[in-house]
Amino acid sequence: MSDIRLIWRKGLNIVMLTLTGVACFAVVAVLFLILGYLVWNGGKSLNWDFFTQLPKPVGETGGGMANAIVGSLKLLGLAAVIGLPIGLMAGVYLAEFGGNVFSFVTRYTTDLLNGVPSIVMGIFAYTLLVLPVKHFSALAGGVALGVMVVPITVRATEEFLRAVPKSMREGAMALGASKWRTIATVILPAASGGIVTGMLLSLARVAGETAPLLFTAFSNRFWSPGLNQPIASLPVMIYTYAIAPYDDWHRQAWAAGLVLLALVLVANLGCRLVLNRRGAYRSV
Amino acid sequence: MASAAQRSDLAAKLAPKVHTTGPSTPHSEEGTVRFEIANLDFFYGPKQAVFGLNLKIPKNKVTALIGPSGCGKSTFLRTLNRMNETIRQTKVVGQILLDGQDILQMDVVKLRRRVGMVFQRPNPFPKSIYDNVAYGLRINGYQGRLADLVEKSLRRAALWDEVKDYLQKSAFALSGGQQQRLCIARALAIDPEVLLLDEPCSALDPVTTAKIEELMFQLKDSCTMAIVTHNMQQAARASDFTAFMLDGKLIEHTETPKLFTTPKDARTEAYITGRFG
Repeated sequence: MSDIRLIWRKGLNIVMLTLTGVACFAVVAVLFLILGYLVWNGGKSLNWDFFTQLPKPVGETGGGMANAIVGSLKLLGLAAVIGLPIGLMAGVYLAEFGGNVFSFVTRYTTDLLNGVPSIVMGIFAYTLLVLPVKHFSALAGGVALGVMVVPITVRATEEFLRAVPKSMREGAMALGASKWRTIATVILPAASGGIVTGMLLSLARVAGETAPLLFTAFSNRFWSPGLNQPIASLPVMIYTYAIAPYDDWHRQAWAAGLVLLALVLVANLGCRLVLNRRGAYRSV
Repeated sequence: MASAAQRSDLAAKLAPKVHTTGPSTPHSEEGTVRFEIANLDFFYGPKQAVFGLNLKIPKNKVTALIGPSGCGKSTFLRTLNRMNETIRQTKVVGQILLDGQDILQMDVVKLRRRVGMVFQRPNPFPKSIYDNVAYGLRINGYQGRLADLVEKSLRRAALWDEVKDYLQKSAFALSGGQQQRLCIARALAIDPEVLLLDEPCSALDPVTTAKIEELMFQLKDSCTMAIVTHNMQQAARASDFTAFMLDGKLIEHTETPKLFTTPKDARTEAYITGRFG
């Protein structure tokens, strides 16, 4: 091989290595820029009042977003109660009983559903639950988010159930377990780590959704007991406060962004910790 | 239980399927037969894997099934507790009698409670050691004291002394050989009459293999065993009867010493002397 060719190859190697490295750096840099900016601005505006007080009337400074924090948790709880069981069951069906035309259609529809813009989900819930009763409600917001939780949960459940070795199924069947018993007592526990991670991912994704809540849950400057009234949520509050002309509201919007991020992070870490403690029982 | 008349009636129906190269059946003095298989054909979709198999598996003995890979011995073993039904588009033709009862007519849960199985690779559940052994008891609604039976089963599988202080630990923490004995204990917990072993030692080292063979010897008092093995020394050491299969057909079946010293069929001799397979 000639020297020129060798130099060319080495040079190309260095160039490509640099390009991919720069791309990686760009990705990480953007992420840290956002995070850093959020922590810097949000941290400055964060105080105890933010967690304990209701929003102050327009014109007054101070106050907090206690109702929006509780509201976001409530909406996520609703979304989980509505979306996760459906997603889990459908995923079990696809992985364990599927294989025919119906499950192909289901799988395809699920992927489509995953790609539906979130505002369309909002319109769906609006038509279904807001128009008939003629007022916004926490329930409508929860349903909009719940529908969005389904697709990721279905696919995560299906994928992780399929990854459980066949030998484990046979072991349970050979002891006289019915198919459903096998799934419920052996296969699901074996796949639980992955399934829960998938569920968390889907919840984390909808935690930051604003569009589907704008005309379902709407917002509320006061506490919202029950499920039948408009309810405040962090994303909608961020949206409202960020476009308002008051500096104090801008600061609070930053703080709300930070709290939302922290909520998702804490839930994620918490679940992982619990799972890891039980992790010894899981298969690898 | 089917009457003798009914059975001979069935046999008459199945008669045309008898293959000309009928296998020899052992004429055991012990008498009692646990499994009686007549004219068994097995199909994976259009592909036939077992051809007109006739075999008697005697009670409280170890019957070894040997033969080259793909000869249908595992498939055959898995028809005995109807494990193959979990695979789509399989078909069984012929008759399999367990203590005179047709297993194809039997409730599959009842059958599998009587006919336990140990698989090629240890397959403990993602649960504690205790819960693994208790699993079969729980799903079958056992009412007595679980702890006693778990201990008894672990003792029967010669694992108790090694795990008695770690019963709540994950089964995955055990070594491969311990896991396989745990799987045997799990199968034994529901007190099966027959234990099917599908190459139970193929993933284990010689020392552990010896332990499991020793275990099989002790279990003979209470259990009938059928073992598929690729290891001819193992068949010779651990079994009372050996059946040699080739291309889905039973070639020869007799007492183990006889089969290994004076095989009747040239193909059996070729296989056990290592000329093919």
